[in-house]
Amino acid sequence: MTSTNTVADETPATAAGSVSGAEIRLDGVTKRYPGQREPAVGELSLTIPAGEIVMFVGPSGCGKTTSLKMINRLIEPTSGSITIDGEDIRKQSADDLRRQIGYVIQGGSLFPHMTVGRNIALVPRLLGWDRAETRQRVDDLLDLVGLDPDAYRDRYPRELSGGQQQRVGVARGLAADPPVILMDEPFGAVDPITRQRLQDELLAIQRELHKTIVCVTHDIDEAIKLGDRILILKEHAEIAQYDTPDAILAAPADEFVEDFVGSGAALKQLSLSRVTDVELSRRTTARVGELTSEVILRAQENGDNAVVILDERNRAVAWRFLRQLRRHEKVVGGDRESLVTVDQRATLNDALDTMLVSGHGGAIVCGDRDRYLGVIDFHAVTDFIEQVGEA
Amino acid sequence: MWDFVRDRRAEIFYDAWQHTYLVVLAVVAATVVAVAIAVIVTRIPRLAAPANALSAIGLTIPALALVGLLLPVLALGSTLAFVAVAFYAVMPVLRNAVVGLQGVDATLLESARGMGMGELATLARIRIPLAWPVILAGVRTSTQMSMGIAAIASYALGPGLGGFIFTGLAQNGGKNAMNYALVGTIGIVVMALILDGLLLALGRATISKGVR
Repeated sequence: MTSTNTVADETPATAAGSVSGAEIRLDGVTKRYPGQREPAVGELSLTIPAGEIVMFVGPSGCGKTTSLKMINRLIEPTSGSITIDGEDIRKQSADDLRRQIGYVIQGGSLFPHMTVGRNIALVPRLLGWDRAETRQRVDDLLDLVGLDPDAYRDRYPRELSGGQQQRVGVARGLAADPPVILMDEPFGAVDPITRQRLQDELLAIQRELHKTIVCVTHDIDEAIKLGDRILILKEHAEIAQYDTPDAILAAPADEFVEDFVGSGAALKQLSLSRVTDVELSRRTTARVGELTSEVILRAQENGDNAVVILDERNRAVAWRFLRQLRRHEKVVGGDRESLVTVDQRATLNDALDTMLVSGHGGAIVCGDRDRYLGVIDFHAVTDFIEQVGEA
Repeated sequence: MWDFVRDRRAEIFYDAWQHTYLVVLAVVAATVVAVAIAVIVTRIPRLAAPANALSAIGLTIPALALVGLLLPVLALGSTLAFVAVAFYAVMPVLRNAVVGLQGVDATLLESARGMGMGELATLARIRIPLAWPVILAGVRTSTQMSMGIAAIASYALGPGLGGFIFTGLAQNGGKNAMNYALVGTIGIVVMALILDGLLLALGRATISKGVR
């Protein structure tokens, strides 16, 4: 199986939209703690290109989180320098610096006594944005992370599910439109299906915004899926390999990386191929409120036994069999939250997972802001695997 | 008894009001002091244990003894009564404030720091609001306790319903002895209940729905 070049082709620099991120450069960064002979981070030098997602992975205690926290000065390096967009981060006060860097941590870490809206508005308020502007921003962000502003703005964190809290956490990190966003195990506290969905959403958001995102994870699969580049660290934050997921899977630098990436590298290639790489099939769609009889006629002409139902914003809300449709005279909507879909940037691995649970032998694919794109089915995936195998 | 109350209605209401006023003032002052000390104590972890020990020891000083100790510094009267009541009122609030502030999740504080909130903003917007339910519980305990202690303070010529109790004790065996003591005691209990109700309402109004 040869490597596919999809990730390289889709790096933000070549994708549509302008890069709003900033380059981060670490130069000989070292962190020593008193009383410890070995440094936690030793002489780490690396460049994180503007507008890319760089994943820091490594065994626990390798210094990946320490390295991350030095970028927003939650931890001050013992020596070495860090620049963002060419500016030394020590030039301004730590508080001012941090207001320009989004920070998202595990579980969202929302303040429980503040509403969702106030949580998101925190940094804009610190920066002195005016009320109307902040309010508009909060609503835009809630919309961006797939939560209806009117329903969620005034709720408290404890009234939200883990996945929703994490979404708000991401929205809060994006609030002041910072060029750089740091994420520390952002999706570590949610169940696998929610995690997959959140990862897809992050990729969709990044497709729109092109921030520089530095993300710590211990999960190599997450790193392969999300990262434009992956930094694999050994102890004391020594760089084992820093490259694109393709390159790391195709040519691990040494035994350490090989072990870390694990067996089944060929299968992991499925994690590198995206839903966009395969041909989506068109299915009969219907709008909420349409006459059922017309929809069923249309479906029968197309030879479909199920219909994808879309809301007014072209988002899929349900996928119903014709016999279910017949129960109502007009097409009724459904709960979008409970419909399992895959993002177009999702890996074939995730898509297969979703298809297995859907009951339709396929999965609904959506694009930016959950817009419906089509359906991916088993045929498409197996065809794709055969093609790649022959190539 | 009923005649006793009716004859002294004005006096009783006035003393009940004075008693409550003294306690409210003392508790408010004590809360400010206690929270301030707790903020310092939680910044410097080494101070936590001594602060807890001191607040425990402070409560064991008999109220009358404290009045005696304060006499060389302050003249008998309202000020002395206020200081004595406030001294005791600090203890429960301090203890709860330390526990409450320490109980704020460290990851929340780091996340606040990571968002660029300074020390003061974190204190005002995160730490105190999150510790507030616990602090307020301390304020309620403190208020109940202070209502009782304020009775003893009137021994030092302070205002309040304590005067009735002491008069009753002094006239032991007299016609109205029991009436004096009862009116003083019941008056204090009723006012304490009213204050507690007000504090509960304050809690409803000031504790965020997100942490209630």
